[in-house]
This record gives sequence, C-alpha cells and structure tokens, in this order.
Amino acid sequence: MKQLSKKKETWLSVIGIAAVYIIVSVLEIFIPSTSILFTVLKKGAIYALVAVSMNLLNGFTGLFSLGQAGFMLIGAYTYAIFTMPVAIKLTDSVYKYYHCAIGFDMGFLPAIILAGLAAAAFATLIGIPVLRLKSDYLAIATLGFAEIIRAVFQWDELGPVTNGANVMREYLDLSHIKIPFTNIPFPPTLFVFLIAGICIAIIVLLINSSYGRAFKAIRDDEIAAEAMGINLFKHKELSFVISSFFAGISGALLAMFQYTVQAAQFKTAMTYEILLVVVIGGIGSVSGSCIASFLYIACSEWWLRFLDDSQYNVLGLDILRSGFRKVVFSVIIMIIVLFCSKGIMGDKELSVRRLWEKIQRKKAAKKQTVKEGAENE
Amino acid sequence: MSFLQTNLPYILAGISVGGQYALIAIGYTMVYGILRLINFAHGDVFMWAGLMMVYFSASMPLWLSIPMVLIVTVILGFAIERVAYKPLRSAPRMSIMISAIGVSYLLQNCALYFTGGLAKNYPTLPWISDTVTIWGATTKVVTLVTPVLTILLVIVLVLLIKKTKIGMAMRAVSRDFETSQLMGIKINTVISVTFVIGSLLAAVGSLLYFTNYASVTPTSGSMPGLKCFVAAVFGGIGSIPGAVIGAFIIGICENIIKGLGWTTFSDAFTFALLIVILLVKPTGLFGEKVTDKV
Repeated sequence: MKQLSKKKETWLSVIGIAAVYIIVSVLEIFIPSTSILFTVLKKGAIYALVAVSMNLLNGFTGLFSLGQAGFMLIGAYTYAIFTMPVAIKLTDSVYKYYHCAIGFDMGFLPAIILAGLAAAAFATLIGIPVLRLKSDYLAIATLGFAEIIRAVFQWDELGPVTNGANVMREYLDLSHIKIPFTNIPFPPTLFVFLIAGICIAIIVLLINSSYGRAFKAIRDDEIAAEAMGINLFKHKELSFVISSFFAGISGALLAMFQYTVQAAQFKTAMTYEILLVVVIGGIGSVSGSCIASFLYIACSEWWLRFLDDSQYNVLGLDILRSGFRKVVFSVIIMIIVLFCSKGIMGDKELSVRRLWEKIQRKKAAKKQTVKEGAENE
Repeated sequence: MSFLQTNLPYILAGISVGGQYALIAIGYTMVYGILRLINFAHGDVFMWAGLMMVYFSASMPLWLSIPMVLIVTVILGFAIERVAYKPLRSAPRMSIMISAIGVSYLLQNCALYFTGGLAKNYPTLPWISDTVTIWGATTKVVTLVTPVLTILLVIVLVLLIKKTKIGMAMRAVSRDFETSQLMGIKINTVISVTFVIGSLLAAVGSLLYFTNYASVTPTSGSMPGLKCFVAAVFGGIGSIPGAVIGAFIIGICENIIKGLGWTTFSDAFTFALLIVILLVKPTGLFGEKVTDKV
C-alpha cells in the first residue's frame, strides 16, 4: 500500500479547505444573493461554530454543559449594543422607552472579539462554582444559568443597555460589512465562513495541543487524569471559558445574520438544537459537527420546505400544510438517533489520510479480485 | 400577619402550583432513579395530556373524556419508552438522553401541526373551576383540591413502592440495574410500570394545571417540565418525598416572587435557588451521597 507523506497530507488538506472557500466565493458571484442556498450556508456556518464549541466541552472534555444558548445571547447582545451607531442610539427608533447608556460605537471586528470576551468573562465567573458539579447536575446548573441570563437581559432596569425585552436592530449587520480600508462590501457568506473557519481552526489547534490532550484525559477518566498531575479544575475552567468565548462569537455572527436580536429567542430549545447537531455529527468529532450542522440547517430550512406547501397534496389528502415539515424533520432525527447512535462520523475526523487509506484499500481489494479471477480461469 | 393577609392569594396559588409540579416531578424522579435518564419528553407528555383534554371534551361527555385522557396519556408514555428508550438500553447514556430530546421535539412539532400553532382553550371542568373565597382571597376550588389530591396520590404511591412486589422490584432496580436483572427481575416490566405511573400522574397534573391557565400551546409543557425537573433535582433526584417537597418549595417561592412584582425573574429565581442548593448540597436535599469508585 502506498504511504501518504506528512507533507503531502498537509498540502492536500490546505487545498481541500481552500477549495471550500473558493466554491463559496464563486457561488456568491454567480448566484443571486436572495437564494435560500446562502441562508443555509450562513446559518450552517454559524451553527457549525457553536456546535464545535459545544463539542469541545461535551465531546473532548466530557463536561455535559447545556448553557450554550445563554453565551450566544451574551455575544449577540454585546455585538448589537456596541456596533449600533450613536446616531441611532440617540433617536428613539430602537431605544424607544429608554435613554441609551452606551454613548459610543465601534467597528465590527473589535465588537465580535468583545462579544466573545464578554461571554468568556461570564463563563469564568459561573465556572468557578458550577464546574464542581458532575454530569447531569452540571447540565441542569448550566441550563439554569442560561435561563437566568435570558431573564436578566429582559429586565426593565437594564433597559438603557439592553433595551429591555424589546428587539435590538439597526446595528452593523452582514449587509454593512465592508472590506477593511475600502468601501467595497464584503461578500456576506464568505465573511461568515471566514470568521467561523478561523475560530474552528483555533479550536482544532487547541484540541491537538497539550491542553487538548489533557482535556481528553479528563474526559476518559477524571481520577486517572488527576493522578497523572493534570489540574482538573484549571483545565475544566479553561475548556469552559474557551468554549463560551466561541459561543459568544457565534452569537455575534447570528446577530449579524438575523438583522434583529431578541433575548426571547435564546431559549433552551436552541441549546437542544445545538446538542442534536453535535450528537448527529458524532460526539468528539469536529468535522462531524460541521457536516451535521450544514445538513441539519439545510434539512430544516430548505430541503423539506415543500412539505409545508399545500399545493403538493396528492389524492385529495390534506396532510401537507404548515408545520408538517417539522413533524417529518423530527421523525428523521428520531430515526438517526435510534439507528445510528454514533452519529455521522463517530469520534473520527474527516481527514485526507483516512480518505487516502480508504481509496488505497479499495484499489488493493480490486487488484485482489482481478488476480483471483485470473487464477480461477 | 398582615403580610400573610396581603400575600395570601400568592401563597395559595403557590401551594396549588407546587402540588401540580409535584405530580409531574415524580415522573422525572422515578425515571431518573431507575434509568439515570433526564426524560426531557415528560413535559411534552404533560402538554399532550392537556391537548387531548381539549380535543376529547369537544366530542364526548366529561365523565368519559377525563378517563380517556388518563388512559391515552398512559399509552403515550408507555409507547415512548418502548419505541425511543428501550432500543438504546445498552447504548451510552448520552444517546438515550438525545433520544429523549428528539421525542420532546417530535411531540412539540406534532402539537404545532395539529393545533396550527394556535392556543387552544382548555375546557372548564365543573366544580373545580368554581371560585371560592377564603379569608378575603378569591381563588378557584382547584387551588384547594390540588394539595389534598397530590398528598393522597403520593401516599398511595409510597405505599405501592414500599408494600407491593412491583414496588420492591423498582427499589431493587434503582439500586443496582444489573444485579437485579440477575436476580430474575424483569427489568422491562419494571421500567414500563415506572413510565405508566409517571404519565398517569402527569395527566392528573395537567387536569389541575390547565384549569388554572385556561389555554394550551405546543410549548406550554416545556417550562413546567423544566421546572419540575429542577424540583426533582432540588429534592434529591431519585427520592419521591424529595421531589414533592422540592416542587412545593419551588411553586411557593415562584408565586411569592410574582407577588413582589418580579415577574421577569420568577423562572430565573427557580434556577438560582437550584444552583444555590446544588452548591451547598451537590445531590439535593434528600439525595443519596454518591462515592466515586476508581
């Protein structure tokens, strides 16, 4: 069997990733931007980022946390508050019932980073008490914190900052993004892909570092990991904070994508959705999470859309109407969960090496059968 | 005393809601005790019991529709366990929990499809929907019936668990799954019985709960469901008295918070209370201490 050299592998991976970006740019040039394809691609990339960040926690560190929606909410609001132009803050087009307390605005890049930092800062605070809990207790406590965050952001007294329970809008969304130092609008899908891609790349680097190995050791056996000299609390907290940082960034991206943001949207149902994506992709597989999130979004937003349309009804049955798509979608999810409980990728990664080996094996098998056929004659 | 006088409506509402939560929380705590599974679908079973009552009462008399709701909810709970949880018995714990989330999603979407997303008006049940006045506080009869009924049902349940053979089997299974299997206990029967009891109590709870709230929507099961799970964890998951006491505490606190004018925080407060308890007593009020074995 032919071996794949390390250098060649890296090059092939780089080419593969570059191909994805080139395809996205080409699509964006040739297909009108109103196509639903772009909605799916953008939302898919945002979900891929938050799913990978959840996977870092659930799949690689073994901490069962359900707080992702709360951290996304912090990120989304931080982004919206800091990028809304002062001119709009002063009028009552958004802050109708309150006098806005934040008297400045900033560009989108610092705001995205700030969104991540805000989520990470909050995670640092709640991580100290919560990470002492184990498994399901940790899950319910983080879920509880997400609900508390949602309530606090809807609080009247914080209205001058968060606009109470009202909608935030007119901040810098995807249509306002310009290529730095020029006035050319940034292709929105490419922008989301770039930010999500950079973040996922950082997470992958982290997972492959010595910290990542410590995380995996904690996941496999806490007591053994502690005996090997890994500081349990420090590493758990680190994983929790980093995961929240990226959840915050994905929240900012979601805010940019949606044009409006409201705290009521970030319910536990959202966390469950992300958890479903992680599990369908395979717990402990970054590429699995990415693939699953695109499939999940495409399925829920695009491919099954005809099921909602009553004009496709056949035989005079009135089955297809609004809402049927979601029923079918949840049945599909149940089937996946029941019959393929390891998810799409299991805990393996989609890599050039694995593909290569598969192709080589197939070639070898073919040769073998040809040889056998010749011998039989 | 004057505090009590002014806040009496809230305290009464709290006791009533607490009783309703208790009935749902028992379903969570029993399933968790045996399968170590957070049954996320339980809140949606509760919501479906409410919806069924809406549909059944439209087409049949009350004396028939109430037993029908109880029976169909029990069948629903039983079927969920057989279809979604049983095939995953030897799978990792995460898969079965995801399956529960999937079922919850499915139940909610089915409800959305059948109702068309509209809130359905809950039928007025005779007698328990009547209003009464106690010490100047006006309330519905259901408020007074709930705690009594809850405590009666809990006593029956505790007797069932302590005195009968199936109860003994349940206790054995919750103590050690594999050993009890080796002792000849039919695990599947025990688990099915657990789900049947849980669903039955959830159906009773939904009759009482929706009489107070007047309408059912596809998502009206998720928040009570979550809170009842919190109540079960609060009291120490796996313990029935713990779940009941936890549910009453949460119901009363939540309504007092509402009475103080902090309605935005009534849900958040529940979780804050839970987090505080978990930090002081990591396994809840009455939970058994778990020791790590290497």
